[in-house]
Amino acid sequence: MKLKKLTLSQKKSLKGFLFVSPFVIGFTAFYLRSLIMTVQFSFSETIMPEGAAAGHSLSFVGFRNFIFALTEHGSFTQDLTVSVFNMSFDVLLIIFFSLFMAILLNQKFRGRTLTRAIFFLPVILNSEAINDAIIMARAMMVGGMSPVSADVMEASGTAGVNVMYYIYMLNELGLPAGLLDYVVGAVSRINLIITSSGVQMIIFIAALQSISPSLYEVAKIEGATTYETFWKVTFPMVSPLIITNIVYTVVDSFIRSPVVTLSYETIFTHINFSLGSVFSLLSMMVVCLLLFVVCAIISKRTFYHN
Amino acid sequence: MRVSKFKKKIQIIYAEKQLGNERHRVVRQFKGFLMAILRAILIIGLSYVILGPLIGIIANSFFSNSDKYSPIIYLIPQNPTLERYRIALLRMDYWNVMRNMLIYVAGLTVIQLFICSMVGYGFARYTFPFKKLLFACVVIMIVIPSHTVMLPLFTTFREFNPFGLVGLFNDGESINLLGGGSAIAGGVLPMFIMTLFGCGLRAGLYIYIFNQFFRALPKEIEEAAEIDGAGTFYTYMFIMMPNAKPSIITVTIFSIVWQYNDTFFTRLFNINDNIALSKQITSLWANVENIDRVMDRSIIQLYVNAGIVLVIIPVIVLYVLLQKQFIEGVERSGIVG
Repeated sequence: MKLKKLTLSQKKSLKGFLFVSPFVIGFTAFYLRSLIMTVQFSFSETIMPEGAAAGHSLSFVGFRNFIFALTEHGSFTQDLTVSVFNMSFDVLLIIFFSLFMAILLNQKFRGRTLTRAIFFLPVILNSEAINDAIIMARAMMVGGMSPVSADVMEASGTAGVNVMYYIYMLNELGLPAGLLDYVVGAVSRINLIITSSGVQMIIFIAALQSISPSLYEVAKIEGATTYETFWKVTFPMVSPLIITNIVYTVVDSFIRSPVVTLSYETIFTHINFSLGSVFSLLSMMVVCLLLFVVCAIISKRTFYHN
Repeated sequence: MRVSKFKKKIQIIYAEKQLGNERHRVVRQFKGFLMAILRAILIIGLSYVILGPLIGIIANSFFSNSDKYSPIIYLIPQNPTLERYRIALLRMDYWNVMRNMLIYVAGLTVIQLFICSMVGYGFARYTFPFKKLLFACVVIMIVIPSHTVMLPLFTTFREFNPFGLVGLFNDGESINLLGGGSAIAGGVLPMFIMTLFGCGLRAGLYIYIFNQFFRALPKEIEEAAEIDGAGTFYTYMFIMMPNAKPSIITVTIFSIVWQYNDTFFTRLFNINDNIALSKQITSLWANVENIDRVMDRSIIQLYVNAGIVLVIIPVIVLYVLLQKQFIEGVERSGIVG
């Protein structure tokens, strides 16, 4: 009876709501509720009843857990800073590398499909269990078939190239030490960077393909060089996706950071629910803040075509 | 006389111009050639970094003991053996676990496809109150790392009793849906429940992909369907979904691969060993060491390599089969918007 009184637009909005209702229920039940519970856990002390298999009770303690985590806990602040630094370091490299590779792979050449398939392979094989096994394999394997390992020193021993020699040589050239460290760090992380930039690469390739060819034609007619074309056409057109990629990279690399391991261990090995929740919450806040700042800075410089 | 003089001049200019064009062409060709060489070097080098460990692992898994100990053997074994695979198949209980795992992953993928496309469609085509807020929730779900909510999820499913509904049938007690000794369905229920309510592994991303894709489709398709008398659900299921093929392929592959490789939720919900292949590969080392009494670490490594190859074969096969559609699919699927 009541349904008849609905107008057409009301009916439509009801239908739309029905379509998204599974998500609304799920989000409220699993995410919103969980977030509130995490906050609850972190502001209280968890009391485990003796001998019971399940069940726990909470008593409110205010900011005590936060203060403990930030001032007294042995490794949390260190892990957090290391994670954030590594992340910012990697994000920059991954974005540059994936944009560069996307431009390279977007050109027409023989074997392009195969190359793209190879470069996307790490995403397919990106399993923690397999990665651990591969790292173990790399450590065990003696000889050439291991890629540039995380440790430059180690590589210099096995690959037959004295890497330290080049580092000394570059140092002697008077390059700034900070820059040199960054470059050496980047080179020694090349494996990590290549394997974690698959999705970003695909997103950039997709963006490059969506640029209208007429823009390039105009640039050519107007006499722009390749360099100019890149900065005036290609880069502005893919710039909206840089933010997407940064968000994806940060979230993706955060899951593997030491802070997450620490909070997992605190909760499930040391059964300290409150402290673990504080770790998760604080690290999430730091990451969100970082993302917010970066996005705010970049989105001002981003060119939106529409 | 004068005319012939001008003719000569014109001819000289003409020849110069032709020479210039010729020179230009040669320079351009040379540039292209250099570029191709540079590209080839880069691509071959970087491909080596990606494929190197893989080739090493595959080659190593065929090594016999004597090959492993011989310092002159590199990649191509002298006495190839399938012994590593035999033991790895046995110790990982491969066929059983693989069958369970494939059923688990396929089930989740089908649900994921259905729910995420539905939600994405709802967001793309209808207006309703709080739509912007709800879509912000999708973005929040993508951005918030899942470890922030892991503890509440763990406790929720360990003492599963939504609104006391379960208690009605179970003497007021909550039930434990997590894996472990005598778990219900091997502890896969939490994952299925979450996926069913659009919160599965990376569901936010899939919703986003479908939303972007459906938004780009012309509205006329649905209007035509409506005029022809198709219902709302019929329109979505049989008219819009077949159009969303690129997105479906992308989401299917992502979902299968990520679910297959996932260790976070597997560990969190303690999914039983006979379903989680990732747990088998982790315990393979200890199993080979203790059951088969292989004491040399470098030999155990060969067994683990065989195990790795066995685990990655299904995804590799899937990827090789669908690789082309996949990369094209991602390009058209609406990730870019």
